[in-house]
Amino acid sequence: MTLPPDFQDWFARQGWQPHPHQLDLLAAQGDTLLIAPTGGGKTLAGFLPSLVDLADGHTGLHTLYVSPLKALTADIARNLARPVAELNLPIRVEDRTGDTRSAQRARQRVDPPQILLTTPESLALMLSYEQAPRIFGSLRRVVLDELHALAENKRGDQLMLGLARLRALAPGVVTTGLSATVEDPDALARFMGGATIINADPGPDPDIAMLATARPAPWAGGGGHYAIPEVLDQIRQARTTIIFINTRAQAELFFQALWAANDDNLPIGLHHGSLAREARQRVEAAMAAGQLRAVVATGSLDLGIDWGAVDLVIQVGAPKNVKRLVQRIGRANHRYNAPSRARIVPANRFEVIECVAALEAVRERDLDGDPRGPGPLDVLCQHILLTACAGPFDADALFAEVRAAGPYRGLTRAQFDDCLEFAATGGYALRAYDQWQRLMRRDGLWRLRDPRAARNLRMNVGTIVEAEMLKVRFRGRGGGLLGEVEEGFAATLVPGDTFLIGGQTVRYEGLRELTVEVTRQPAKQPRIAVYSGLKLATSTQLSHRVQALIGDRLRHGALPPNTADWLALQARVSTLPQPGVLLSETFPHHGQWHFALYGFAGRNALQTLGLLMTRTMEDAGLGPLGFLATDYALWIWSLDPVTDPEPLMDREALRTGLGDWLAGNAVMKRTFRNVAIIAGLIQRNMPGGRKSGKQATFSSDILYDTLRRYDPGHLLLRITAEEARRGLVDFDRIEDMLDHSPRHDHRMLDRVTPLAAPLLLEFGRVPIAGQGRERLAEAEAAALMAEAGLT
Amino acid sequence: MTHAFDFAGHRVEARPSGALFWPDRRWLIVADLHLGKSERLARRGGSLLPPYEVLATLDRLESEIAATDPAAVVSLGDGFDDDTAAQALPDMLCDRLRGMAWGRRWIWISGNHDPSPVCPRLPGETVAELADGLVLRHQAGQGPDVSGHFHPCVRLAGERRRCFLAGRDHLILPAFGAYTGGLAVDSPVLSALVPQGLAIACGGGRALALPVGTLRRTGRRA
Repeated sequence: MTLPPDFQDWFARQGWQPHPHQLDLLAAQGDTLLIAPTGGGKTLAGFLPSLVDLADGHTGLHTLYVSPLKALTADIARNLARPVAELNLPIRVEDRTGDTRSAQRARQRVDPPQILLTTPESLALMLSYEQAPRIFGSLRRVVLDELHALAENKRGDQLMLGLARLRALAPGVVTTGLSATVEDPDALARFMGGATIINADPGPDPDIAMLATARPAPWAGGGGHYAIPEVLDQIRQARTTIIFINTRAQAELFFQALWAANDDNLPIGLHHGSLAREARQRVEAAMAAGQLRAVVATGSLDLGIDWGAVDLVIQVGAPKNVKRLVQRIGRANHRYNAPSRARIVPANRFEVIECVAALEAVRERDLDGDPRGPGPLDVLCQHILLTACAGPFDADALFAEVRAAGPYRGLTRAQFDDCLEFAATGGYALRAYDQWQRLMRRDGLWRLRDPRAARNLRMNVGTIVEAEMLKVRFRGRGGGLLGEVEEGFAATLVPGDTFLIGGQTVRYEGLRELTVEVTRQPAKQPRIAVYSGLKLATSTQLSHRVQALIGDRLRHGALPPNTADWLALQARVSTLPQPGVLLSETFPHHGQWHFALYGFAGRNALQTLGLLMTRTMEDAGLGPLGFLATDYALWIWSLDPVTDPEPLMDREALRTGLGDWLAGNAVMKRTFRNVAIIAGLIQRNMPGGRKSGKQATFSSDILYDTLRRYDPGHLLLRITAEEARRGLVDFDRIEDMLDHSPRHDHRMLDRVTPLAAPLLLEFGRVPIAGQGRERLAEAEAAALMAEAGLT
Repeated sequence: MTHAFDFAGHRVEARPSGALFWPDRRWLIVADLHLGKSERLARRGGSLLPPYEVLATLDRLESEIAATDPAAVVSLGDGFDDDTAAQALPDMLCDRLRGMAWGRRWIWISGNHDPSPVCPRLPGETVAELADGLVLRHQAGQGPDVSGHFHPCVRLAGERRRCFLAGRDHLILPAFGAYTGGLAVDSPVLSALVPQGLAIACGGGRALALPVGTLRRTGRRA
């Protein structure tokens, strides 16, 4: 396909020249994957073949566009409206998301537009309707936007299963994947089931550096507040700045600190996922209208909405991951062929080293990414159930179709049959539900026993499992909505507690009809700013870079002088961690023994290692008292010293320990809950559908414990164990650490070492579970009785 | 370890399992077994939950009976998730229940879920309520009484635990059944029934008592 003359004229009238990759994509045959930096006109490139094709008219759905964000579909609809109108194309463009009205949805099922914009969840839902073959039969093209982001989680796996379905319903459909720069384009192409890769010109190198500050980064902590004056200077000099911060709580605190020093009253906004939707939309609108000079944001702003005017990105805190840093930097100067400007603010001394290492990686264009395993089976279970909602299916045909999806190309028939069995009967060793099967086989085809079950299954569509969120409002009639907090966080609050939300300190008053009621508490330091959420660990590649940088004294010239001095002192007192060597130190401090292990394996893996090692230490009678894990080091304190760490890290013992102990752990229970919801064992709580008499609902932890005891080989427990190897438990990285550092170097010292010192300042210490927890509970009960004057 | 206390002039013991033992009579009292809950959900086209909750509940009840050798076992209502669940209980489990009831009284007080769980395969008798020294019924009424129904829960050291709730007029037992949720002791309905008293948390190795209601508020934070 080439660009027709009227399209060429239209480009010329805009004063645009089509980018080479846009023309390449137009000329391409078959499925393609376009890799282009932010601002490279990716989306228009993805739609050009459709627009050209549709100029001749088409009945029914022609192009399906899928993006990870609802907001993006609205953005795209607006952007497409102009060429469609100006070129006078016979095309209707509509979106279909969770926000689309039911009347509109019903009409779309009868009379679909030529171009439909949607999300992976809405696509899965549409594919579960009986009319799916008719709606999608006319489909010619599929455009998958921000594929790099979707490929990182289960939403992408679900989308690929949906794509396999579309390819079956509309043979010959052509798929285009659009992605930001990624480390392994081939893997992404395999993910979408194979595609020709088109690489756009990556553009000029970004202008990126650490922000120079008057005060050095502190030894510990994560706030980055020491850099507030320089950050304000940068905002003043730039037109519009995005300040990225890694967690919502830190974003709240930084936003508050910025305003406390904002003597010029620069308009600065806040944007994160805990804020009420209206509040987020206000900030987005003000941003788009150029009314804000800066916005403090978390990952909620990571994806593609075009802000245009942003000319500076400031990253506060370690980037954790080079690829994400590059994608964030790309948000500045969202214009092709103009260098992006970005400044990094490390939050503490360790992060200074990480930032230097990350900047080197950016300059070398060495991106990282921790590869994901094969497609998860809980997503497949959901897919099977939703397929049954659309109509009876043949198991052999569905197996072949699923294997055509990239993430499931290695799926075995036995795995598929396990999932089908789970969907049909629950898959229990005790055959209890033969009478009440969910799916049953009749005339060789699998179908719903009770077609009315389709409604509930459709309500459970999707792979995003949010922690239960409660709304936060000001007390009183019509109190304004401030945002949401996790239910677990709300449960820790006692009336009078103060916490931060929406950039203001509020006082917890009570819980009323599932809403957290608060009052204003101006000018008071909040007691709490914790929204416990998943903590992102530093990527494997970046950790290796950090370790290599620390270990090579010749490269310390690249570090700020005070950081280099700190490492030099460590080299004198003890030694520096080196690649290939697992360094650990034992020293006394305040009457206890301390053990520091420089594992560079990310906080999740080191936390798991801490849990396993302290258990072994307990058995060995060393009296471990607690531990702390950062991205770089594990620190354990105990009554007796660790003199030989090697047996504590015996690989086989660790594996066994993981199996026995972890099984009862809260992290596993949380993982199980997510798996159980996605696979359709339990229903996610629908808004408004929540039972108010809470004694009717019970925790998924009970199901987990019951299954472990009575059916330990059950499919969902196997899926849970598989997930735990990565993610929050990250056992794979412990093994990776042991592989990469085969030699132990353990030092006995008489006092705290320079490298260990910042650890002692960190918080987030984990007390040892087990007996300890029971003692803690007894102590708390006793203290409460005593305070109440009872014995 | 159990927590012994006086309620309405009688010495009773809260056991960490969530069962109440009345030593004078040697009665073992449990509330809200909800046997057959997973079967009922599946029957109604809901989730296919792990079908082991009857087994899990009976395992625990059996070890409580072994530990206390009671003269009578009393289920304080909602022993079954509905009357049909009582009928549908597999023979094997009915046999097991009859074995557990051998040589002792067994009383099913009817609850809102199981108004009349009569089934010839089950041991024991069904009554609306019992008044014999202590008043035993499903849902708290005119005090003093011992009841179930609400599934009280309390938060202790960051964990949610089932608990007994003991005030002047009412002693409310935790749900004993495996698949049961809970209602916080400071929820309006429970605060109204027990404005001040003790929550006795179960679940750990011992039953732990802590104050609730006005006692707690004045004691903890001014």
